[in-house]
Amino acid sequence: MSFISYLKDGISLGSIYAIIALGYTMVYGIAKMLNFAHGDVIMVGAFVILAAITKAGLSPLLSIILAVVLCTVLGITIEMVAYRPLRKASSNLAVLITAIGVSYLLQNVALLVFGADAKSFVTVINVPTLVLFDGQLTIKGITIVTIAACIIIMCGLTLFVNKTKPGHAMKAVSEDRDAAQLMGVNVNSTISLTFAIGSGLAAIAGLLLCSAYPTLTPYTGAMPGIKAFVAAVFGGIGSIPGAMIGGILLGVIEIFGKAYISSQVADAIVFAVLIIVLLVKPTGLFGKNVQEKV
Amino acid sequence: MKKFNKVVSVAMAAAMVAGVLAVPAAAEEGTFKVGVIGPMTGDYAQYGTNVYNAAKIAIDEVNANGGFNGYQVELLDAGDDQGDAEKAINAFNDLLDKGMQMLCGTVTSGACIAVGAEAAENTFLFTPSGSAVDCITAGSNEFRMCFTDPMQGSKSAQYISENGLATKVAILYDSSTDYNVGIHDAFVEAAPEYGLEVVADEAYTTDSNTDFSVQLSKIKDSGAELLFLPNYYSDCALILQQAADAQLDVTFFGVDGMDGILSVENFDTSLAEGVMLLTPFSATAEDEATVNFVTAYGEASNGETPNQFAADAYDVIYAMKAAADDAGITPDMSNEDISAAMSASMLNIEIDGLTGKAKWTEEGECDKEPKAVVIKDGVYEMME
Repeated sequence: MSFISYLKDGISLGSIYAIIALGYTMVYGIAKMLNFAHGDVIMVGAFVILAAITKAGLSPLLSIILAVVLCTVLGITIEMVAYRPLRKASSNLAVLITAIGVSYLLQNVALLVFGADAKSFVTVINVPTLVLFDGQLTIKGITIVTIAACIIIMCGLTLFVNKTKPGHAMKAVSEDRDAAQLMGVNVNSTISLTFAIGSGLAAIAGLLLCSAYPTLTPYTGAMPGIKAFVAAVFGGIGSIPGAMIGGILLGVIEIFGKAYISSQVADAIVFAVLIIVLLVKPTGLFGKNVQEKV
Repeated sequence: MKKFNKVVSVAMAAAMVAGVLAVPAAAEEGTFKVGVIGPMTGDYAQYGTNVYNAAKIAIDEVNANGGFNGYQVELLDAGDDQGDAEKAINAFNDLLDKGMQMLCGTVTSGACIAVGAEAAENTFLFTPSGSAVDCITAGSNEFRMCFTDPMQGSKSAQYISENGLATKVAILYDSSTDYNVGIHDAFVEAAPEYGLEVVADEAYTTDSNTDFSVQLSKIKDSGAELLFLPNYYSDCALILQQAADAQLDVTFFGVDGMDGILSVENFDTSLAEGVMLLTPFSATAEDEATVNFVTAYGEASNGETPNQFAADAYDVIYAMKAAADDAGITPDMSNEDISAAMSASMLNIEIDGLTGKAKWTEEGECDKEPKAVVIKDGVYEMME
């Protein structure tokens, strides 16, 4: 039974990684850039929800909507101010470095505004704990909500990309930006839309992350952000189902590593697995192998 | 432009010389000058201001009772280091310029190590709260009021055993931070000596300090009666929440890093009910000395409650007084002579302070009995 219990812990941790990874992979898939500030947008979203509930006294639902709206605006602003002017720059490295800069900017602004003290997150989502097998296996409500949210977002995104006009535009921009522009696709607004969706999802991810692990500091988003990036690479970056599977697998590996090998080297195990996967299959589990045409 | 540069450099050189000359000039007066360095602004401001306010109260009391060896004591304006080593050295030099003869500080460990190197063998240094081992190892004129980090580990084991809290203990600690590892190692080493059996020894790292489910379920399976948590309070808050989810029924025992858990914003303090922590001071204790100190502190600083840093600083000033009286020093002595005389006398004195009966070893370490508090109804209560 302890195996199943660990598996459940792994899935619950992994579902958090998965939901963050969805935002990462979405932006990478379309804008072809790694938005390292994604984890910090999550942190901002969580702070907005916390402040809206505890300081402004808004209802949880209203707070979540507010956070999604604010994060969407934040995402679009970051893209317009920090990334768009560099999109024509000679190397992708410039945008990558800027993204790291934006990440630190958000952390330090949050540090100024909210202080370094860890704050406990309030209970926003109230779903009862599921008790199975006479109390031998308990599944927390938040785990069920996270997994459900993950599946809904994954399906929603896949449908959006494949069935709608803006979605087709995204696919077109993703495959060949210049050709898409020639065909009349507005590349800038398509990429803005991608960031809007990615950042809106970040607010949801912030809510779920802080509901599962109710602590909040300006650095809360940083490490889960990196792990989720790993999950996205693991699953094949750019692939929406890949991000979800990658996230869940990563969580399960991390928990099993802790449980059966050592709690001290759990992170090392996670990254070792990543290295092995990339050695065997460089595009990740679900990544497409695109042939470079000469 | 070149000429201007020259003027500036000459002016700066003159200012530096003036600064150096100011030291003996200031010491001529008939008062001792004591400085405090600590974070007065920034994230750790609470620590520094507590130390400064408490030192002020103690010095006022000391002055009313004859001062140090019959001379009045002046507390210089606080040196603000924001917990940063470089700023601490600047503050230290600045205070020396102002005539400082003894230092009550610095407050945080990193800054204290840096200042300790500067003060070695020339300025008497007495840290209320710098708990890293190296804070006072640079010179024989450096002393400390609190336990070192590793000492907290062995003292915790001693306390748990002497008070019969448990025999089977589990540990959950951050293996990527010096503070936690030092306490953990000392605890594990001392445990057998005090008849404690470590049945589970689990770790996490700063990078993965949100999910403790696996460690907690292993600890639950190990049959431990007590869980030792040598971690900072923000991690502990999360551990307590998850331990409640996992229905882990043990006694939780922390060290000074746990102090602050009740002030975590939005934290459900009922989860901390019954948690014990090793701490030298509780503002809610009812002995006369504590009550008087807490009252005086509240009157001096808008009704705030002093924390253990304040208590440590208060005791530092009284220990300084005892050593100064024993050494028979006078304010016209040089910093080196004061430092040497005080250091020799530190080994003779014994004080009965807010944080307990204390003596000092040649290494500058404080030798006192461990004290612990238990959280009851959301406040600390001294354990007897």
